[in-house]
Amino acid sequence: MADLKSNFLGISSPNPFWLASAPPTDKEYNVRRAFDAGWGGVVWKTLGAEGPPVVNVNGPRYGAIWGADRRLLGLNNIELITDRPLQVNLDEMTRVKKDYPDRALIASIMVPCDEQSWKDILPRVEDTGADGIELNFGCPHGMAERGMGSAVGQVPQYIQMVTEWCKMYYSKPVIVKLTPNITDIRFPARAAKAGGADAVSLINTINSITSVDLDNMAPEPTIGGKGTHGGYCGPAVKPIAMNMVAEIARDGETRGLPISGIGGVTTWRDAAEFMALGAGNVQVCTAAMTYGFKIVQEMISGLSQWMDERGYTSIDQFVGSAVPNVTDWQYLDLNYVTKAKIDQDACIKCGRCYAACEDTSHQAISMSADRVFEVMDDECVACNLCVNVCPVEGCITMEQMAPGAIDPRTGKTVEADYANWTTHPNNPSAKAAE
Amino acid sequence: MTSPTTPGIAAGRLSAAELANNFDDLHPPLDRHEAVVAADRCYFCHDAPCMTACPTSIDIPLFIRQIMTGTPEAAARTILSQNILGGMCARVCPTETLCEEVCVRETAEGKPVEIGRLQRFATDTLMNSGVHPFARAGVTGKTVAVVGAGPAGLSCAHRLAMHGHDVTIFEARGKAGGLNEFGIASYKSTDDFAAREIGWLLQIGGITIETGRALGNGLDLDTLQAEFDAVFLAVGLGGVNALRAAGEDKAGVTDAVDFISDLRQSSDLTTLPVGRNVVVIGGGMTAVDAAVQSKLLGAENVTIAYRRGPDRMGASKFEQDLAASKGVKILFNAMPVAVHGNGAATEIELEYTEDTGSGLKGTGETFRLNADQVFKAIGQTLTTDAGLTIDAGKIAVTGAGRTSKAGVWAGGDCASGGDDLTVTAVAEGRDAAEDIHATLMGKG
Ligand SMILES: Cc1cc2nc3c(=O)[nH]c(=O)nc-3n(C[C@H](O)[C@H](O)[C@H](O)COP(=O)(O)OP(=O)(O)OC[C@H]3O[C@@H](n4cnc5c(N)ncnc54)[C@H](O)[C@@H]3O)c2cc1C
Ligand SMILES: Cc1cc2nc3c(=O)[nH]c(=O)nc-3n(C[C@H](O)[C@H](O)[C@H](O)COP(=O)(O)O)c2cc1C
Ligand code: SF4
Repeated sequence: MADLKSNFLGISSPNPFWLASAPPTDKEYNVRRAFDAGWGGVVWKTLGAEGPPVVNVNGPRYGAIWGADRRLLGLNNIELITDRPLQVNLDEMTRVKKDYPDRALIASIMVPCDEQSWKDILPRVEDTGADGIELNFGCPHGMAERGMGSAVGQVPQYIQMVTEWCKMYYSKPVIVKLTPNITDIRFPARAAKAGGADAVSLINTINSITSVDLDNMAPEPTIGGKGTHGGYCGPAVKPIAMNMVAEIARDGETRGLPISGIGGVTTWRDAAEFMALGAGNVQVCTAAMTYGFKIVQEMISGLSQWMDERGYTSIDQFVGSAVPNVTDWQYLDLNYVTKAKIDQDACIKCGRCYAACEDTSHQAISMSADRVFEVMDDECVACNLCVNVCPVEGCITMEQMAPGAIDPRTGKTVEADYANWTTHPNNPSAKAAE
Repeated sequence: MTSPTTPGIAAGRLSAAELANNFDDLHPPLDRHEAVVAADRCYFCHDAPCMTACPTSIDIPLFIRQIMTGTPEAAARTILSQNILGGMCARVCPTETLCEEVCVRETAEGKPVEIGRLQRFATDTLMNSGVHPFARAGVTGKTVAVVGAGPAGLSCAHRLAMHGHDVTIFEARGKAGGLNEFGIASYKSTDDFAAREIGWLLQIGGITIETGRALGNGLDLDTLQAEFDAVFLAVGLGGVNALRAAGEDKAGVTDAVDFISDLRQSSDLTTLPVGRNVVVIGGGMTAVDAAVQSKLLGAENVTIAYRRGPDRMGASKFEQDLAASKGVKILFNAMPVAVHGNGAATEIELEYTEDTGSGLKGTGETFRLNADQVFKAIGQTLTTDAGLTIDAGKIAVTGAGRTSKAGVWAGGDCASGGDDLTVTAVAEGRDAAEDIHATLMGKG
């Protein structure tokens, strides 16, 4: 079995699966059980400043969207940071770290945006023996209205400033957790790096309204007839999170900055994908909240099986491997020509590909009276829609045309050489090909 | 106290509780959660094969999607607009040879979308709310006589009433419903569903049912034609074929349909007699229903004797399996030659058969089975031809049920073409109604 040992920022953990700062890591009871279940590390539920803790709503705090068979696809929440006293959390963290020295324990922190607040809390966190801190600049509801969370994360100067304070008053690794509620994720990441952050973690949750109660005309979750936007997470946010991770991984200014990948990680494969895009480890929240701590067993067995199959012996052998292949649209090869192909033996004759192509694409699939569906190569633009709507995995595939063949749609010979938009004759600002 | 082993034909072989359990729903209704889970499996096929397979062409993917999105009432409208007896069909259709057989998920996983049960969920939801979703068009002043209040007649009447015509249904029996009421197996139509469905259907208005009025017995086609603008015949197949075996007249030898009818009309199954050793002759749905229900009533041994092989059997594989699972034995390639007994049947003598290619022949080898009750289920026949042209034992029709006589339409089991199924009867009744409507309004 492949070695899943992770060494993120010098913090070792038996595997790269950490629980994100959220209800699963809210208290000693949960974290002990999570570690017993096999999680490599936890980021403790976000701590606030000394004094009376925040209060949560007393009505529902989650909303959701579902797929087939009511599988939870997206969760939204209006929960705040920890609503338990600071000292209680610190004492519990101390005890847990002592009992689980091989696991990563990170303190997540959110205190007001002034130097004194950070100067006060950091030594106390340091005393717990935690392996590092994560700055919660991401929470998009409640705390942001009080000038914290995503209110800080949306202003790169604040990120840099607070990160600098943390590096000044704390000796161990500092991870900056980013909010996705921003136009270009590279700016806050660059600010974190400029402030001396050891890593960024992303994403925190996305502003959202998951559903509207049409009887009471109020967004859900509804509290006394009103609702507010909450933070969206779970499988639905994974594509957004992965793009942001990749943007930071391939940005000239932040390239090489360690990343902890978060957002919709539900299976070992999701984790592997984040890691291929440059995440050194992953954090999980919704999947654990949906299925319980036990899912980590599948993540561990799945990732190690895949690594064995691929011949990887440690995780850093594939972290970032897909980054060089993430590019801009203008550099995509326009001479790469494919055609959809339907495997008639696998086809169950549902006709979805036909409806999709005929009604909304390029009228490139024919249907016979006895329900045989075939791609017409002279019409197929290779858009991939039929592949995506087909219920049978692997039934429709994209087959590359060999160089030298004639594309029956365009009548042109498929060129062997790479050529992209930057040199295309239709591009008004094309540069002449060398 | 009688038991399954009490000799002869006797009532009360099982307790009331056992009988209630035995005659409970064959396919229990889905609850809301089960329905949504089942609906999620539909792929919303393009030009869906299930829809083509349905004799009434219900838009199945659409109604399933409507269930999935939490609007089973809208789903019911989709169903009922094509098939007004969608509630009964959801219970009795052999879906395994219709929509579900061709469902692409049957192809994909050998497990079709549960279309029948989903249809029941939708129609039950709407009907239980007491809503009748259709309204009559303005009254046209035209009148139509429908003969027979089975599925074909009811379907035709409803569609005609919807178009604003006034319909009178003449029904020979004392109660409407046809085989829905008197023939369908009890465990397919529980809780007096056939009668409830008719009550719900009649809410459309414009339909009068006159029971105890039989064509050929005080009522003739010429009179009907004189009094009404059009006539639709839906008299089904009331007669039963003869066995042509010696001893057919002995006590204990009866028509399966009569047994089933008694069973359907019984208000206390503990009083309904059944044999200890029951032999059913035939290979269709009626044979299976008679056999299974005999077993459920407490008969000790029930055997179906069918003269051909399993592939030729009219009852579907599902029904053959159902019979087997209830403990019914099916004998293939065996035909009756004589019923033995002193006054009442005690044994039946059968002969093995072989298909010679040019017809079925006895092999000469015979054997006997204990039989104190023998049910004949060897096909039903037309009882009234009303002077119309007949084709292969049925009223000959062309197009949407037009008979050899102008102004007279026919549909359902009594008319040529189509399978003898409830859903086919509904489709034929509906289509004839549309044709009658077009004709009466001068558009035909
Ligand atoms: C035992 C049995 C089980 C069956 N099970 C199923 C099943 O599970 N699924 C399925 O799809 N199909 C089943 N069928 C077939 C189905 O019941 C018929 O195809 C369907 O009922 C035909 O409808 P219909 O309206 O043509 O005739 P019927 O239902 O036979 O209705 C004819 C009506 O006309 C009346 N009538 C007859 N003669 C006259 C007259 N001279 N004047 C006035 N009225 C008259 C009758 O009393 C009756 O009410 C079964 C049939 C039988 C016999
Ligand atoms: C109920 C709930 C509470 C959360 N609370 C916090 C928090 O206190 N601090 C924090 O940094 N992130 C918090 N998050 C965000 C998660 O840590 C994580 O970034 C996000 O849910 C995306 O990951 P996922 O898709 O695996 O859930 C919370 C998420 C949820 C669902
Ligand atoms: S064939 Fe099956 S999957 Fe396709 S539309 Fe019909 S019920 Fe749905």
